[in-house]
Amino acid sequence: MIEPAEYELRLYVAGQTAKSLAAFANLKRICETHLAGQYRIEVIDLTKTPALAAGDQIFAVPTLVRRLPEPIKKIIGDLSNEERVLVGLDVQPVMETS
Amino acid sequence: MTKKTPAIPATLLKSPTGITGLDEITGGGLPTGRPTLVSGSAGCGKTMLGMEFLVRGATQFGEPGVFMMFEENAKELTDNVRSLGFDLDELVGQKKIVLDHVQIERSEIEETGEYDLEGLFIRLGHAIDSIGAKRVVLDTVEALFAGLPNHAILRAELRRLFRWLKDRGMTAVITGEKGEASITRYGLEEYVADCVITLDHRVAEQICTRRLRVVKYRGTVHGTNEYPFIIGERGLSVLPITSLTLDHKASAERIPTGVAGLDDMLGGQGVYRGSSVLVTGSAGTGKSSISAKFAETACRRGERTLLFAYEESSEQLLRNMRSIGIDLAPWVEQGLLQIHCSRPSMHGLEQHLVMMHDTVLAFRPGVVVVDPISNLTVNNSETEVKPTLMRLIDFLKKLQITSLFTSLTTGGTATSAPEDTQFGVSSLMDTWLLLRNVEFNGERNRLIYVLKSRGMAHSNQVREFLMSDAGIDLRPVYLGGDRVLTGTARVAQETQERAAAELRAQDHERKMRRLAAKRKALEAQIAALQAEGEAEEAEVTFTIAQETLLNSAMLQNADAMSQLRGGPKGDNGQAKGKP
Repeated sequence: MIEPAEYELRLYVAGQTAKSLAAFANLKRICETHLAGQYRIEVIDLTKTPALAAGDQIFAVPTLVRRLPEPIKKIIGDLSNEERVLVGLDVQPVMETS
Repeated sequence: MTKKTPAIPATLLKSPTGITGLDEITGGGLPTGRPTLVSGSAGCGKTMLGMEFLVRGATQFGEPGVFMMFEENAKELTDNVRSLGFDLDELVGQKKIVLDHVQIERSEIEETGEYDLEGLFIRLGHAIDSIGAKRVVLDTVEALFAGLPNHAILRAELRRLFRWLKDRGMTAVITGEKGEASITRYGLEEYVADCVITLDHRVAEQICTRRLRVVKYRGTVHGTNEYPFIIGERGLSVLPITSLTLDHKASAERIPTGVAGLDDMLGGQGVYRGSSVLVTGSAGTGKSSISAKFAETACRRGERTLLFAYEESSEQLLRNMRSIGIDLAPWVEQGLLQIHCSRPSMHGLEQHLVMMHDTVLAFRPGVVVVDPISNLTVNNSETEVKPTLMRLIDFLKKLQITSLFTSLTTGGTATSAPEDTQFGVSSLMDTWLLLRNVEFNGERNRLIYVLKSRGMAHSNQVREFLMSDAGIDLRPVYLGGDRVLTGTARVAQETQERAAAELRAQDHERKMRRLAAKRKALEAQIAALQAEGEAEEAEVTFTIAQETLLNSAMLQNADAMSQLRGGPKGDNGQAKGKP
């Protein structure tokens, strides 16, 4: 029933900090706007599962990892700049005006 | 055994690195619970230093460690340090070491908005907790600068990282790339203020030497000089002069040099076991021959002998020595003698030293001969040669190995004092033999003398050094007037002297003979005179007798006449015929 999402995203955060909350909110908004229905977000809190940090080569938080489609892309920061996030994810922005 | 923890540490607590020499320079190791910055250019051994610090900590001092690398991956690192004899896989398996490779791929990273390096902290913290690490190495944390464009964040985070390491009580080594004008390219020294070590890698005359210097060590005294170091098969080895604790045993045993005349000069018994002998001289004075003889003699005693030759190949050496009656080949076959030949330019001095170190440790010889050390020092300045050789000599002395070094003195002219060897190693030596060529009367002759020999009566005489197919021999030189004669001149002089002596002897004899003859003549003369005297006496006696007789005859005659005349007796005594 669960189809593999076209965009598989992972957001690494370290606790419920302002930055991580902002990052999650920003990501959610961008995905809803531009990738509606094509994405899946997995949030990993490194303070709870520190062992996972090495796997995706995380050193900064928040880090967004685009696991699919390949190649893997990483965006670090609170994702406040939508344009940069879209470039980073290699997503064609959906035009607002139709 | 419990660890002693003094209530108030007199000085800063230090964590030993286990790196040979480094602990001596730093007076015990790196500051415990604080970060140490190790900076240097590419390939100068930063990673090796960090790795050894960690491995020794884990294996020798019971302090597990985390190695976080930013440039190499775990496999590459494991392979690289295997050459130093460190088996990281095993240590990782034993949970003594954690390797974590932080890969920063600039091309796949996009930066947007606020972030921090908490991820790194979490990784590090996790690694530390997983094995209870006490030591941390961050190998070129500066790679982050290349990966992350926002340096403002990075700097703030690094400051926090070092603070965090301190708070967690980690003894850390942070490596950094050497900068143009600063210690590190990104000014890490600003954050790591407790201890700064720089490594250097200089190429002089096409041969590279590594050097280490403790630039800063807050709160403690430390050696501030530059010390050469080597990365050998047993890890790093720094060569501090101060590590020379002069506490090796001094054997009273004497071992002969193999040249009888030379032993005589050295108090009749040769050199002390475990002492160092320097043989200097200009080209062709017989240094190699003495060293070969020394080696051969040691073999004859049944001692393992190691011969480092830097001028001749093994074959050539054997052949040449055979020509003066020293056959080394049987000893090589028996395994008592090992000859190591190499070109001095093959490695830097330090590499040679390491090689010697390893060979000595493997072979465990009683005698080591290096022929010549001057070749090793061709491309090196005195300042680095001396501590290096000192280190070697000290190492040999500690093992009670008797060592003989030859050294070629350049110039060798009469104007330069023979004491001026080019790198001042002579002060390290216990016995110093000097060989000299003396050119006189159309030939060159070899002279030998003992310049010094610690702890024994030794001859102050110059001897002539003779080499023939029968071996090496020493002869007293001719010292006459203000000249020292050697070789044929000495022989000629000796012959002349002998002739003169003979002549003198003959002369004496002749004089004695003449004297005897003269005496005889005189005696004859005396006899003749005596005879003459006697004859004269006889004649006088005869005349007197005759006259007496005549007189008495005349008296008788007068009496008779007067009687005949009947006249009175005449007064005149003359009795003459008729009146």
